[in-house]
Amino acid sequence: MKKSHILGIVVIAVAISVIVSTAGDASNYVSFGEAKSLSDSGADKKIHVVGTLKKDQAGEIVGIETSPDQMAFKFMMVDENNFSQKVIFAEPMPTDFTKSEQVVVVGAYNGDIFVADKILLKCPSKYQEEEIKA
Amino acid sequence: MVHYFIGNLGHLFVIVAFVASLLATISYIRGVQDDSMKQFGSILFYVHTGAVIGIVVTLFLIINQHYFEYHYAWSHTSKFLPIYYQVSSFWNGQEGSFLLWMFWTAILGVVLIRTNKEWRAPVMIFVSLTQVFLTSMIMGVVFLDLKLGSSPFLLLRDVIRDPVFAMNPEFVPEDGNGLNPLLQNYWMVIHPPTLFLGFASTVVPFAYCLGGLWTGNFKEWIRPALPWAQFSALVLGVGILMGAYWAYETLNFGGYWNWDPVENAIYVPWLTLVAAIHTMIAYKKNESALKASILMVIATFVLILYSTFLTRSGILGETSVHSFTDLGLQGQLLLYLFAFLILSIVLCVKIWKRIPATEEETSMYSREFWIFMGATVLCLMAFQVIVPTSIPVYNDVASWFGIELNLAPPVDQVAYYTKYQMWFSIFIALLSGTGQFFWWKKMDRSAFVNEIKSPLLITMVLSTIIFLIAKVYEPFYLILLVCSVYSIVANGKILLGLKRTNLKLAGGSVTHIGIAMMLIGILFSSGYSKIISKNNTGLLWSNELPDEVNQDNLLLFLNEPRQMGDYSLTYRGLRKKTREHGFVDIDYLVNTNHPLKVQVIDPFISIEGDSIARGDTLNLINGENSYFEVVYQKADGKVFTLFPRVQQNKKMGTVYSPDINRTSTADLYTHVRVYPDPEQELTWSKTDTVELQMGQTFFVNDYAAQFTGIEPMKSIAGFDIAPGDLAVKAFLEIQGEFETYRAEPIYLIQNRMAGRIPDVINDIASKFTILSINPTTNTFSFALNTTQKDWIIMEAVEKPWINILWIGTFLMVFGFVIAIMRRYSEFMKMRDKGVE
Repeated sequence: MKKSHILGIVVIAVAISVIVSTAGDASNYVSFGEAKSLSDSGADKKIHVVGTLKKDQAGEIVGIETSPDQMAFKFMMVDENNFSQKVIFAEPMPTDFTKSEQVVVVGAYNGDIFVADKILLKCPSKYQEEEIKA
Repeated sequence: MVHYFIGNLGHLFVIVAFVASLLATISYIRGVQDDSMKQFGSILFYVHTGAVIGIVVTLFLIINQHYFEYHYAWSHTSKFLPIYYQVSSFWNGQEGSFLLWMFWTAILGVVLIRTNKEWRAPVMIFVSLTQVFLTSMIMGVVFLDLKLGSSPFLLLRDVIRDPVFAMNPEFVPEDGNGLNPLLQNYWMVIHPPTLFLGFASTVVPFAYCLGGLWTGNFKEWIRPALPWAQFSALVLGVGILMGAYWAYETLNFGGYWNWDPVENAIYVPWLTLVAAIHTMIAYKKNESALKASILMVIATFVLILYSTFLTRSGILGETSVHSFTDLGLQGQLLLYLFAFLILSIVLCVKIWKRIPATEEETSMYSREFWIFMGATVLCLMAFQVIVPTSIPVYNDVASWFGIELNLAPPVDQVAYYTKYQMWFSIFIALLSGTGQFFWWKKMDRSAFVNEIKSPLLITMVLSTIIFLIAKVYEPFYLILLVCSVYSIVANGKILLGLKRTNLKLAGGSVTHIGIAMMLIGILFSSGYSKIISKNNTGLLWSNELPDEVNQDNLLLFLNEPRQMGDYSLTYRGLRKKTREHGFVDIDYLVNTNHPLKVQVIDPFISIEGDSIARGDTLNLINGENSYFEVVYQKADGKVFTLFPRVQQNKKMGTVYSPDINRTSTADLYTHVRVYPDPEQELTWSKTDTVELQMGQTFFVNDYAAQFTGIEPMKSIAGFDIAPGDLAVKAFLEIQGEFETYRAEPIYLIQNRMAGRIPDVINDIASKFTILSINPTTNTFSFALNTTQKDWIIMEAVEKPWINILWIGTFLMVFGFVIAIMRRYSEFMKMRDKGVE
């Protein structure tokens, strides 16, 4: 066997393992329902959930609790299936959190609460132009 | 008044640029055989370049003259933007950044026309063709119901549907939305132009390659293309690193590289370009290197187009913080990508059989073998990054077939990519060290063993010393460290040898030493980056949090020192940065109607020792920026102050930026995570009443205070004092941690009605009001209210030896420059001999 053939085989092997590992390490966008059943079935994989902050009829955000030292907070999030879930995040509340239009939480269930590792915010003003101020 | 002319002129320039580049492409195609057509093509390309410069100047005038009737100016700039940020507003919008790319390609095209003879026509076909596509991105014409491009010269009223335009079509807004605060940084003035020059320059080696395939000169293109490929890799590399440095200084994610899709999308073509340079150098002796070079150069350009597609089509959506908004160019970008991909494949297929294959087996002791290994590792690195970065694309493609994939990127991007890239880097270090020995001499086993003995020995000694001092105990880090040290030593040996012979050939060794130093710098600054603000009390607020959750932040109350590692930290309050006196306490200042001017309401002594009087006007550098003064004190008494920043921008919201204390051995990186919302109303405690005689002391919010005096007032701003009215000001002195504060509440009797003007001292979070004056007991009654003290939550990270990374960067740049000079002079010599 020629050396170039061996090299070729090694390259292909590495490429395949990269693809396989990507498939394995990729996360998923799921709803809280799916995340819960995943966690109940013993999978500890971290997933992405897209949703919004829970609001009452007057449009006020409800369910935010901040720790006394401000270092962590809990909030209620509604996913795309309209399911409300309590989420806890061990970081200070981002400044524009309550102004966000959409929230993506990355994490996993711990019992009945969803523990977020990371929160991505989509703020309305950041991407779209607002009305003109005369 | 709406300025119609300038926008129409700009649009005309766009159309001229488009038509001229299209005609230039056609002329150059004919010009391969026909000299007069070649001449004509060049004239058209000059016209195109003139038109592109015209577009740039017109757009700049619109921004500079604040014509907010234009969407681009309104959307990305504002009245009080300094001129250098007016320049950087060019690349805030997608149209402007296409323009920048076009501008560079046009300039490069002119350089190519002037430096080439035989190659002019075939190369310029492809340069002009890219300009056709780029110009079409900003055309903004509707053609058969198809919107072609997005023009930067659109009027605001045509983009934003707002009732105000129905009432008055000539309405011009007073001010624009302003520049994205993240771009208001000097790096953002120079980083995008550099990066886009890198982007633009990848077309040059690509054009030489395709031009060579087109004319059948499938070997000869390498010589003229090589210095350009090196130039491109240099500029692109510098652009990437500037971006990394900007991210480090400005963004608050705490590092210089985040494996964000936008970063990845540009890192990948850089890797393949570097691989291409290596195979191009190897080609001289080996035909299979020729095939590899053709593939690599094409892959680089196609990957540049792919990364453009990723970042600009909106496909990345929420996976990246800094992708552009979707302008509906997705189809056009795909067309651009596939046009060049298919064109390349067709030309390759046509020529492939004519490239002779090497039958001879490459020896392990040949330089080609080592170069191939290096190029292969670089390609695998690129492959490993592009596969997960494309996850949003897989979702999109699957949805065309009705499949919901819902794949999300790996949760911990940094850990995920680092895991692979570190292993590849180990091979890069090994290969770049060893490969150089085969460069200059014919090698066999015994010569090689002889050559490598001393570098290996020195590496072992040096690595052991570093291991003992820096305590690199993680096995993978240790392997990377040893391999990088080996690369430095081995290349250093080559360099010393070259010093005696010819330093012009030193480019490779210097670059490799730079890369190895960068690896060591990254290893220490990232691998051993230490969060020193870690909350190690072990107390978690809620038992719903898993035990392994870390709390990396520190809460600081104003003027209350807290111990953090070796440091005692004190938050001293919010500051504004003035042109005249640097950082000034925000409590001394009040805003005026002008966003960049503030008035002094409390006299103070500046850092230079000048007395600043009440009523003086000071100029701010940026009205939106405020700074948190954080004083660090070490146990040995050494003190330094950092000013991490917050910017309140109506468009972007709240944006934090770090401040960094730099020493030769480590950076101390500090950024604020959150502070009290300035728009939130203060909640005051229940009123505490004290009755005081003059001179009497009392406590407020745990501070010692004294009622020092009163003063009758003749006038109060905002009130008319008639004869018979009474106005009294009381003086209270409060001993703070660092200064004595003076509260001056006012009591007013007007028409038998009592009026009270309280005074608030922010630093001690207290409010003072005169409730009543009691002549019988000769006392004053004061109401005292307190609120929560000002606070910040911050993170502090130590990044050891990060300077090795920056030094390595400079060496890499220097090495590239040496290499480019050498290859370019080779090209010039051959061209002047008439053998291009």
